Amino acid sequence: MDKHVIETRQLSLFYGAFQALTNIDLNIGERRITALIGPSGCGKSTLVRVFNRMNDLIEGVSVTGSVVVQGENIYKPDTDLITLRRKVGMVFQRPNPFPLSVYKNITFGLEIHRKGSNVEFPNIVEQSLRNVLLWDDLKDRLEDSAMRLTLEQQQRLCIARVLAMKPQIILMDEPCSALDPIATLKIEELMQQLKKEYTIVIVTHNMQQAARASDFTAFLYLGQVIEYGETKRIFAAPTEKQTEDYITGRFG
Amino acid sequence: MKVQLQQKIAFSVLFFCTLLVVVPVLLILVIISIKGFSAIDLGFLTEMPTSGMTAGGIFPAILGTLYLVFGAILFAVPLGVLSAIYLVEYSKDNVLSRLVRLAIVNLAGVPSVVYGLFGLGIFVLFLGFGASILSGSLTLGIMILPVIITASREALESVPRSFRIVSFSLGASKWQTIRHSVLPHALPGILTGTILGLGRAAGETAPILFTVAAFYLPRLPQSVFDQTMALPYHLYVISTQVPGIPENIRYGTALVLLLLVLLLNLAAIILRYRFRKRKKW
Repeated sequence: MDKHVIETRQLSLFYGAFQALTNIDLNIGERRITALIGPSGCGKSTLVRVFNRMNDLIEGVSVTGSVVVQGENIYKPDTDLITLRRKVGMVFQRPNPFPLSVYKNITFGLEIHRKGSNVEFPNIVEQSLRNVLLWDDLKDRLEDSAMRLTLEQQQRLCIARVLAMKPQIILMDEPCSALDPIATLKIEELMQQLKKEYTIVIVTHNMQQAARASDFTAFLYLGQVIEYGETKRIFAAPTEKQTEDYITGRFG
Repeated sequence: MKVQLQQKIAFSVLFFCTLLVVVPVLLILVIISIKGFSAIDLGFLTEMPTSGMTAGGIFPAILGTLYLVFGAILFAVPLGVLSAIYLVEYSKDNVLSRLVRLAIVNLAGVPSVVYGLFGLGIFVLFLGFGASILSGSLTLGIMILPVIITASREALESVPRSFRIVSFSLGASKWQTIRHSVLPHALPGILTGTILGLGRAAGETAPILFTVAAFYLPRLPQSVFDQTMALPYHLYVISTQVPGIPENIRYGTALVLLLLVLLLNLAAIILRYRFRKRKKW
C-alpha cells in the first residue's frame, strides 16, 4: 500500500447545527490522484477544504475527529495555517488569477512568504510556467495582464501560482468546470505530469473525468464516504448499491 | 391615436424636466464666467489684495484654501480609509458595527454650520488651537470623513471575494491579504472619493467661518497656528461685507472657486472612468 500523506479519522464537520460530514475515515496516497465524487451537496467540496482549512473562513464551522497531514494533526489548536496552506495548495473552480501581470501572479505567494530572494524569482516563474506547459506560450508575455489569457491558460496559471510555492499536496475543486472539453483534457494530461511530484486531490462532478484521470476514487453521499478504493475497481465493480446507482447515472 | 398622444406628452414632460436640470448649471457657469472673466489674469491669481481689497489679487485666499484642503485630507484620509478597512474586513455584523455605520450616515447629514460650531467648541476653544489653519483643517476633515469612509467602503466591498480567498489559500495572513490583494484594487475608488471630499472641503464656508477664516490679512500665514484667508469666505466678505468692490473682482473670485471645485470633480470623474475601463473582473 502507498504511503499516506493525508489521513482522516472519525472526521465530522458542522456548519452551525447542520452536519455536513459524518465520520470520515480516508487515507490519501502520496503521489496519487484521488478523486472525490458524488452528487451536489454531498460534502465533497467541504471535505477538500478541510485539508487546507479553508473552511475556517466560514463562520460557525466546527470540526471533530482528526486530520493528519504528513504526520501532523492540522486541527491542533497551535497549527500554523500559513505553513499548512503553503504545503497544501488549492486550485479553484473558476480560474481566478489576480488582475496583475502573469509574472506578478506567480510571484504573489513568494512575496507574501518572503521566500527566496527576488533574484531567484525569474527562475521560479520560468520553472512554474514550464511545469504547467505555459512557458512557450507566455515567455514573451510575462508582463501582460493575466486577465487577457484564455480561460484554460488562466487555470494553468493558477496551478503555476500554486506550484511556485513548492507545495506537496494540490487540492483541486472542480478545476475544469469552467473549461471546454479540449481544455479539460489538457488539464487532465497536466495532472498526470504533476502526480510524479505532487499528491493531488480533485473534486469533480464529472464521473468520466474521475474514471479517466484518477488513481483512487471516493464516492460521497450525504456527508459520508460510501465507498473508497482504486478507481478501476470502483467503476468496474462497485460493491455498494448507491455507488453503482450513481456511476451508472441512476441519480445525481 | 390617444395612446400615441399620451406617449408624446409623457416624453415631452420628461424631456423638459431633464432639460430644466441642466439649465441652472449652465446659467451659473455662463453668468459667472461673463462677469468675472475680465478680472482674471496672472496678477489676480498671484498678488496680494490692495486698496482695501478693491484691487490687486486674491493669492492669499487661494493659498489659504489649498492649505486647508491639504490639511483636511492629511487628517481625514488615513482616518477614513483605516476605519473603512476595519468596517469592511474585520468588524462582524453586530450592534456596535451597526451603530458605527449609522453614525457615519448621520455625520454626512449634519449641516455644515454645525461642523463650524463644533470646530469652534472643540479645536479653537477647548483644545486651545485658536482660530488657525489647524482648527480649520480638522473641522473640514471631520466634515469630509463620511464621504471618504463611504467611498472607501464601497471600493473595498467591490473587490471580489475570490481575491481574498485565493490569497488565503496561498497562505497569506489576513493583513497580508488586505494589504496585497484588496487595497491595491480598491485604491482607485478610494482616490475618487478622496478627490470628491477635497472638492467639498474647498467650497464650504460655514465650517471655516469660526475656526480659521480671516477677513483680511496683510501677510501670508507662517504656521498652522495662524489664521488664513480662504476663497469661499473671501467671496462672502467681498460680496456682502465690504462696499465698493468692483463687480468683476467679486465674480472673478467666484469663478476661481468654481473652477477649482469643478476641476477637482472632473479629475475624480476621469480617474473613475479610466480605472473602470481598466478593471475587468
